[in-house]
Amino acid sequence: MSDTKKETPGQLTGGANAAAGGRNQGCEECTRREFFARLGIGSLIMAGAGSGLFSYEYFSPNVLFEASPIVKAGKPDQFAPNSVTMDAQSGIYLVSSAKGFYALGAICTHLGCLTAWKPELDLIACPCHGSRFNRDGIKVAGPAPQPLPWFKVWLADDGYLMVDRSTYLKVQEFVKV
Amino acid sequence: MATTIKTEFDRLRNTAVWRSIFRSGSGASNLHRAEAVQQNLFLHLFSVKIRSRALDFKPTWYLGALTLSTFFILVATGILLMFYYHPSVPQAYSDMKDLQFVVASGVFLRNLHRWSAHAMVFLVFAHMCKVFYRGAYRPPRQFNWVIGVFLLLVTLLLSYTGYLLPWDQLAFWAVTVGSNIAKAVPVMGNRMRFLLLGGNEVNANALLRFYVLHCVILPLAAVALVGIHFWRIRKDGGLYVPEKKQS
Repeated sequence: MSDTKKETPGQLTGGANAAAGGRNQGCEECTRREFFARLGIGSLIMAGAGSGLFSYEYFSPNVLFEASPIVKAGKPDQFAPNSVTMDAQSGIYLVSSAKGFYALGAICTHLGCLTAWKPELDLIACPCHGSRFNRDGIKVAGPAPQPLPWFKVWLADDGYLMVDRSTYLKVQEFVKV
Repeated sequence: MATTIKTEFDRLRNTAVWRSIFRSGSGASNLHRAEAVQQNLFLHLFSVKIRSRALDFKPTWYLGALTLSTFFILVATGILLMFYYHPSVPQAYSDMKDLQFVVASGVFLRNLHRWSAHAMVFLVFAHMCKVFYRGAYRPPRQFNWVIGVFLLLVTLLLSYTGYLLPWDQLAFWAVTVGSNIAKAVPVMGNRMRFLLLGGNEVNANALLRFYVLHCVILPLAAVALVGIHFWRIRKDGGLYVPEKKQS
C-alpha cells in the first residue's frame, strides 16, 4: 500500500493495475509470508497440473490387444457374382459387383451397432435404430448421418482379397480380378 | 414384558461401556434427545428437531427416504454379488448365469439388485418432480437442488456402468451405443470414448473400467453427495413444508 502512495498521479490513472502487477511480478517487496504463500500456491498449481497429466497418461493404454485393421477377406472365387458377403467378426461387407470387388464397413455410422445384410430387401439394415443402406453404402432410411465407409481392398500375392479397415476411401475403387 | 425390556434397556444405557460410546445417556429430556442426535456422526447430519408436519406423507411422499432405501439395498446386494462376479471377458457372462442358476439365493440377490436399480432411477426422478412441483428448490434450497442434479447424474451413470457387467448382447450393444454418444462431444469426443473404454472397442479394458467405476468410484461419489444433500436439508432450514392455508 505504501509504495502506491509514492507513485505520481499520472502513473496511477494510467495503469494502477499494471503498477500493482509490476510491483508483484518479481516479488521484490514481498513479505516473507507472501513469498511462501506464493511458493505454496505455485507448487499446488504445478502439482495439480502434473496430476492431471499423469492421470491422462495413465488412463490411456499404450498397448492395445485389439484385432489388426487389416483382414484377409477370402479368395475372389469364394464370392458369388453380384453378392454381398458379411464377416461379422471383422465387421465388413465384401461386395462382388460387375465393376469389381469392394468392401464396406458394417458398423452403423449412427451409434456404432453392427448392421446386417437383408437379401430379401437388397438392403443393409441396422437393428438398433432402423438405418438402412443400399449395397453402395448410401443411406436410404433412418438416422445415420453418413454413408457406410468404403475400405481399401487389394489382392495379395497369395491370391487373397485383403481389406484395410483403417483406410477410408474418398472415391469408390473397385478391385478387378 | 414391555416394561421389563424397557427397564433393562435403560439399565444398559447407563452402563459405562454404553455411556463411553453414546454420551447422552438415558434421559428423556429435550436436551438429552437433542444430544443423542447431535453427538452421533450419522444422525448429526439431520436436525435435532423438526416440524411434525414434515413427517407427514403429504409433503414428501417419502420419495427421498425411499431412494436412500433402494441405495442401501443396492450396496448390500452389490457387495454380495461381487463375491461371485469376475470382471473378465471369458468369465463375466457365465458368472452372471451361475448367480442365476447355481449360487444359493443368487437369483434372488441379482434380481433384487436389478429391480432396486430400476426403482432407484424411478424414485430419483419422482423425487425431483415432487421437489420441483412443490417449489422446494427455491432459495434458500437452491444449492441442494444442484447437488440433487449431480445425484441424478451419478444414479444414471451407476445404472449405465452396471448395465455392461452381465456382458450379454443387450449390455454390449447398449454400451457400444452409449460410448458412441460420448464420441459426439465436440473436439475431445474421440479421446473421451477412448479413455472411457480403455481402447477403441468395447472389450476387456472397457469391462474392467466400467466395473471399477460401478463398484468403487461412483458409489463413493454418491455417498459423498448424499451426505452433503442431507446435511444441507438441516442447513437450509429443514424440509420444505408450506404454511397451512388459512381458511
